[in-house]
Amino acid sequence: MFRSVGIRNLFLAPFCIWAGVFIFVPLIFIAWYGVTNADGNFSLENLEMIFQTEFFRSLEVSVILALVSTIVCLILAYPLCLILVERAKSAGLIITLLFVLPLWMNTLLSTMAWQTILEKNGILNQLLRFFSLPDFTLINTSAAVVIGMIYNYLPYMVLPLYVALSKIDLSVIEAAKDLGASTWKTFYKIILPLSLPGAISGVTMVFIPALTTFAISALLGGGKLLLIGNVIEQEFTFEYDWHLGSALSIVLMIFIVVNMIITLAFDNSHEETSD
Amino acid sequence: MKKIFAFTIFICCIILGGCTLVEKDDAKNILYVYNWGDYVDPETLKIFEEETGIHVVYDTYDTNESMYPRIKEGAIHYDVICPSDYMIQKMIANNLLQPLDFEKLPNAKKYIGEKFFEQSRAFDPDNKFSVPYCWGTVGIVYNTSLVKDEVDSWKILWDEKYRNEILMQDSARDALMVPLKIMGKSLNETDKEVLEKARDMLIEQKPLVQAYVVDEVKDKMISGEAAIAVVFSGEALMIMLENPDTDFVVPKEGTNFWIDSWVITRDAENVDNAHKFIDFMCRPDIAVTNFDYLGYSTPNIAVQELEEDEDYKNSPVAFPDPAVYENQETYIYLGEEMDRFYNRQWMRVKVE
Repeated sequence: MFRSVGIRNLFLAPFCIWAGVFIFVPLIFIAWYGVTNADGNFSLENLEMIFQTEFFRSLEVSVILALVSTIVCLILAYPLCLILVERAKSAGLIITLLFVLPLWMNTLLSTMAWQTILEKNGILNQLLRFFSLPDFTLINTSAAVVIGMIYNYLPYMVLPLYVALSKIDLSVIEAAKDLGASTWKTFYKIILPLSLPGAISGVTMVFIPALTTFAISALLGGGKLLLIGNVIEQEFTFEYDWHLGSALSIVLMIFIVVNMIITLAFDNSHEETSD
Repeated sequence: MKKIFAFTIFICCIILGGCTLVEKDDAKNILYVYNWGDYVDPETLKIFEEETGIHVVYDTYDTNESMYPRIKEGAIHYDVICPSDYMIQKMIANNLLQPLDFEKLPNAKKYIGEKFFEQSRAFDPDNKFSVPYCWGTVGIVYNTSLVKDEVDSWKILWDEKYRNEILMQDSARDALMVPLKIMGKSLNETDKEVLEKARDMLIEQKPLVQAYVVDEVKDKMISGEAAIAVVFSGEALMIMLENPDTDFVVPKEGTNFWIDSWVITRDAENVDNAHKFIDFMCRPDIAVTNFDYLGYSTPNIAVQELEEDEDYKNSPVAFPDPAVYENQETYIYLGEEMDRFYNRQWMRVKVE
């Protein structure tokens, strides 16, 4: 776009400064704190702490809850997106808008709303009592946390999936049908592989925030559920052990990086096959 | 390294908020106060500014633990702070406070009960560093329409009948205090085996607990969301005024007698103003205003006389019978390693 390298660099500078100050430098601090102890000497003791029961259990619970909510999001979003792309564009747009709307509301607020819904004397139970049905209290359980995650992160699954599915050329599907493929075969031979990149970026975009959240579990878990995000938050703010907090963040980052590598690998292999 | 980090943040702050700094330099007659959130009546700050002409810069924190690093790293200088007992001890140990000049605090000498200075010696042995501001105990608030048993012991929190009706405090010391007291141990216990036993009791109790809470306890007890809760006496008073079906009990096994006190930091730049502020807070009319606003018990002996609201004046929760706080323990600072051990045990309870 810009012929002159100088001008291009000039326009790049704001972002580079931003990335440097707010992404790169903090990452270096985290890495530094993670591999040193309180005396400032190099040590891996804080990294090894993850194998202690308290920390390992919280990581385990985080991974399980994040996986469950990612899978549920995928199951909810995929059929929805299939329906969306088949609708006329305008109707599809309205439904998409409805799904994106929660994104414009603050996560904390919407999670607090769930608190009022799920409470013992909350809206859900008042409704049930109105119909003389038995109480059903979900608040302060892992199910409540998973509901909160799904509600907050579902749009992140819907959007990339919708984009991927709507980009599929209809003539490809028609061709498959012309050549005698059944609806089912068209789906898993044509639609599924072509929508895979969208599904995978959706999975990443749901899994990572679900894995690292601490607000949702704090609000809907009633303090009975300690996710790795909560542990890290506590180490930084409450216990003031930045070394341990950073080390745990590094461990968490490993999960994120692995997730991204898988995504990249899928993307590449997909491009090769489609070439 | 932390210094470098603080420095980087500081630089960023300057870049982002350069204008506000310039403004601060102008005013010389100033006082920096760092206090718990919602812990003075804002009206009293206005009165102080009008009477003395000292401009008060007022910031708040929500836990002792989040306040401590900010003072320790010295990124911002505050003059007056209001930490709790064990935190004051920790700050004295780390040389972060300066001795007070009681000659400049006539109201404190006159109106703060001797009993409270005595109790303060647990964390401030010579009464040199702190002036008590609020105090209280931790006990059980229960909903009388849901709990028919007589409540006089912590053991009721382990009663199967109240499954999913129990609220516990979400902090290591306050949570472990309960089983320690049941076992008849000190709440400053340092024997690791005893602490592990206390932890196991909490793990055993966990299925009965509805939630581990901090400030939410007020709303939950007022709305009848739970039947029994461990709460601080000041909050108990508010719950009881809002929901008449509740009652407060200090269990017979004993409890924590806590005191939050005014202190002046070692690096304070406005020491004179700081003394004026602390003394102002001890003045009976101001103490009453704050007491009405907060509901926390006050060590100021003139307050009960002056109190006009009958609900407060006659409340045994606000002005307890002296017997309630006889022989009660106050938290003391147990050292960094022991602090961590407490927190680890608590984390263990939470991940089970």
